[in-house]
Amino acid sequence: MTDTNTLIRLSAAALAEKLAAGEVTSVEVTQAYLDRIAAVDGGERGVNAFLHVNAEEALAVAAEVDAIRAAGGAEAEALHVLAGVPIAVKDLIVTIGQPTTAGSKILEGWHSPYDATVVERLRAAKMPILGKTNLDEFAMGSSTEHSAYGPTRNPWDLDRIPGGSGGGSAAAVAAFEAPLALGTDTGGSIRQPGAVTGTVGVKPTYGSVSRYGAIAMASSLDQIGPVSRTVLDSALLHEVIGGHDPRDSTSLPDPLAGLVAAAKTGNVEGMRIGIIKELHGEGYQAGVENRFHDSLELLKEAGAEIVEVSCPNFQYALGAYYLIMPSEASSNLAKFDGVRYGLRVLPEDGPMTIERVMGATRAAGFGDEVKRRIILGTYALSAGYYDAYYGSAQKVRTLVQRDFDAAFTVADVLISPTAPTTAFRLGEKLDDPLAMYLNDVATIPANLAGVPGLSLPGGLADEDGLPVGIQLLAPAREDARLYRVGAVLESLLEAKWGGPMLAQAPELAAAGPVETLVGSQEAK
Amino acid sequence: MNTEAILSFEEAMEKYDPVLGFEVHVELNTKTKMFSSAPNVFGDEPNTNVNEVDLGMPGVLPVVNKTAVESSIKIGLALNCKIAESCRFARKNYFYPDTPKNFQTSQYDEPIAYDGYLDIELSDGTVFRVEIERAHMEEDAGKLTHMGGATGRIHGADFSLVDYNRAGVPLVEIVTKPIEGAGSRAPELAKAYVAAVREIVKNLGVSDAKMERGNVRCDANVSLRPHGRERFGIRSETKNVNSLRAVEHAVRYEIQRHAAVLDAGNPVVQETRHWHEDTRTTTSGRPKSDADDYRYFPEPDLVPVVASREWVEELRATLPEPPAARRKRLQADWGYSDLEFRDVVNAGVMDEIEETIAAGASASVARKWWMGEIVGRAKNADVDPGQLGVQPATIVELARMVEEGKINNKMATEVLDGVLAGEGTPADIVEKRGLAVVSDDGPLLEAIDAALAAQPGVADKIRGGKVQAVGAIVGGVMKATRGQADAARVRELILEKLGVTA
Repeated sequence: MTDTNTLIRLSAAALAEKLAAGEVTSVEVTQAYLDRIAAVDGGERGVNAFLHVNAEEALAVAAEVDAIRAAGGAEAEALHVLAGVPIAVKDLIVTIGQPTTAGSKILEGWHSPYDATVVERLRAAKMPILGKTNLDEFAMGSSTEHSAYGPTRNPWDLDRIPGGSGGGSAAAVAAFEAPLALGTDTGGSIRQPGAVTGTVGVKPTYGSVSRYGAIAMASSLDQIGPVSRTVLDSALLHEVIGGHDPRDSTSLPDPLAGLVAAAKTGNVEGMRIGIIKELHGEGYQAGVENRFHDSLELLKEAGAEIVEVSCPNFQYALGAYYLIMPSEASSNLAKFDGVRYGLRVLPEDGPMTIERVMGATRAAGFGDEVKRRIILGTYALSAGYYDAYYGSAQKVRTLVQRDFDAAFTVADVLISPTAPTTAFRLGEKLDDPLAMYLNDVATIPANLAGVPGLSLPGGLADEDGLPVGIQLLAPAREDARLYRVGAVLESLLEAKWGGPMLAQAPELAAAGPVETLVGSQEAK
Repeated sequence: MNTEAILSFEEAMEKYDPVLGFEVHVELNTKTKMFSSAPNVFGDEPNTNVNEVDLGMPGVLPVVNKTAVESSIKIGLALNCKIAESCRFARKNYFYPDTPKNFQTSQYDEPIAYDGYLDIELSDGTVFRVEIERAHMEEDAGKLTHMGGATGRIHGADFSLVDYNRAGVPLVEIVTKPIEGAGSRAPELAKAYVAAVREIVKNLGVSDAKMERGNVRCDANVSLRPHGRERFGIRSETKNVNSLRAVEHAVRYEIQRHAAVLDAGNPVVQETRHWHEDTRTTTSGRPKSDADDYRYFPEPDLVPVVASREWVEELRATLPEPPAARRKRLQADWGYSDLEFRDVVNAGVMDEIEETIAAGASASVARKWWMGEIVGRAKNADVDPGQLGVQPATIVELARMVEEGKINNKMATEVLDGVLAGEGTPADIVEKRGLAVVSDDGPLLEAIDAALAAQPGVADKIRGGKVQAVGAIVGGVMKATRGQADAARVRELILEKLGVTA
């Protein structure tokens, strides 16, 4: 029997071993996490990582796994390695039995009639789902402040943002409220929160994880991926959720194999690791730059060859992204009109026409950032502007892909800081969309090109003591390289620190009473 | 009600030259929908043939129906189109409650089939070539029913009901290039073109092709220009003209209406028009400008549809004989004159005649029965000839009985009536009604004697060599036997009796 405080700090891989060995039950593990959520997530100074806690179902799944293990035999043998290991799911991913809000008022109270493919796969692996995590509304943001249900706080400093849009998933994992979580990454929404919360986040190769059931922001950029505390844990989760899905036409035909094996390889000797000239230096916080160079040194010492590559078109990536993403989003979000599901708002006066009901619903249901992007995208796609905006942006996209192609002829893996700064204060950039958008400058190129990226903790910045993320990028379908290099760098860094970086995070005080937490988001 | 002025068709033709254009939507009869696994079935309980994809639930993604792509390629090939090696879908963005996603997934600048043509045969045999610009794939919208209000349209309705069963049904939209030079044949050409498209998709087996169910729907574009001018006039687009007759009438009406507008010195308004079958007129719909902004962009949730040349050729090899080529072949096989064959086609009994010949009848017998007997009965019953339920085997049997002298032609038509009345097989009816030709010479000779006795003068004429006068005696015998005698045999016996050789 391990005490719950130790239990919740174990990696998913370590938990899986203990479960398999019968040293702990899934019910104990799941309950420990539910208790932790109850202790730190609610109240005025709570982390607010969860929008919905799914205690009953999670415990039922845990009990089922325990019963199968206890019975032994073929069924027990057939259990997935992560069976009984709990997980949190970003509330952009639809689930039967729990509400899905996308962080928006427009879906308040909506229950999906179907499970996302990745959720089906979690259920098939018998992983208890702890609940749904907070996000910027429809994943539009870099701070989780654009959630209609209040911001999530960064466990390292409760007055700071946890990144976004997947701040809830990252904060939940960083605050030991879950060992694993699912995120979605359209321009950095898994990696940037990972960076600023000291966790690991992976955006897989586009098409390697089914998008079916992830509420679309920008279809050609969105990708579901793992959030964890270790590189190996992300690899384990990636293998659960990956593989072809006939319901997603953009899904790759073959699964990416060998991810977990790569995370266990532990060798970078002779690998060429490319520094992207355009993704560090000017515009990057000094402490971020310092930790980035620490990682380069460690990799060099471990036998990797560090090379410099130039990706000149990356300077246009942010601009192209902020045309393509809102264009697709403006169309993807058209379905939220109050006709078939979700919020319906009737106009206060005047004729009750369908146009006016749709208008009133969308005016009341969407937040400012969502409206901003819908307007941007509608404009960019309009006749007479399409070629100049959407058309040009697609050309930039091709150029960014070519930059990657060229870079990967001289480097096996590329490396950069994940985000230009550490976590900023809540409210600091809320009124300055452009400053907010700049957070994604290093993560966006991977989405435009469809290549995989991983962010892992790279240490704490000298000036503020906050986490710095290191981003690794690999060619499409070569996600295994990220796990291989990431695991080596992680072990070298942890050896230097004398343990996981999260061990240095401040202890969270109990934040609020249980009953306000274990329930629906309306209770909060 | 509609009070718009119109010119007579003849006057309109004197002054103006019509230019036509058609958008024909064909609903495919695939098992499932264009982008989802929900059933594609007409007429079920509303909102039952839907799943999360058809309802545009959050998080759903489309997947292209391969059979629908095959059907689209077949249609393209049958329209003599080129088939794109690779083509994409696009999103057509607009807010309307029958469109669950508030965009329609369609093809925009990359249709699967393009640059084709269709040769249309008019009723007098003239062949008119209609150029096909494109045939593209898209999804149907749901069906709105507007409740309350007088017009049945959304404006003025109290509320509207929506049935998403039709949402996502695969459609192929066939768009012509502007059709010039039809002149006063324009209304007829319009009807013949839509009929030809319907015939092709039915023949391919890719659509149920029932216009009354909306399987084939026609939007007819009409514009006029003064004779001799090259530039097109401003067009109107009459939506959802859903019968062949209506297509002809709508085009004719729009020509007359445009002519009156132009004659009054006014510009034609570019707009959609609603067709009213009851008054055979159109009324103004909504303004439609070329600047309608649907914010098209490539559908990011779908990968391009790639039609390898091997696949296209495989599909081409499965195509049935084109209807026009089939008609040519059948006419030659049957030896009908152009006029005879056109009558058969116009009467809609070509398939029936083909089946009857296949069942063993000669081409002339088959035509005689269908055109001479059945078409008229169908007309009286106000149904299609094929719907009367006459089996090819029945006609073969009737013809054989006549040929064998068991019954004569007059009796055969009576037998046919019996068959149609459900009295049984021809043999049953002959027996039940006692219709067998009297072939025993005994009773005939008695009747002949009686007839000769009744008309002694005629008998003398015959004896005197006026053989053609025998008809009067034959007529008397036939009357006496109530038509059951074999007239040829009667004639023989009379001449024999009078010692005259024919």
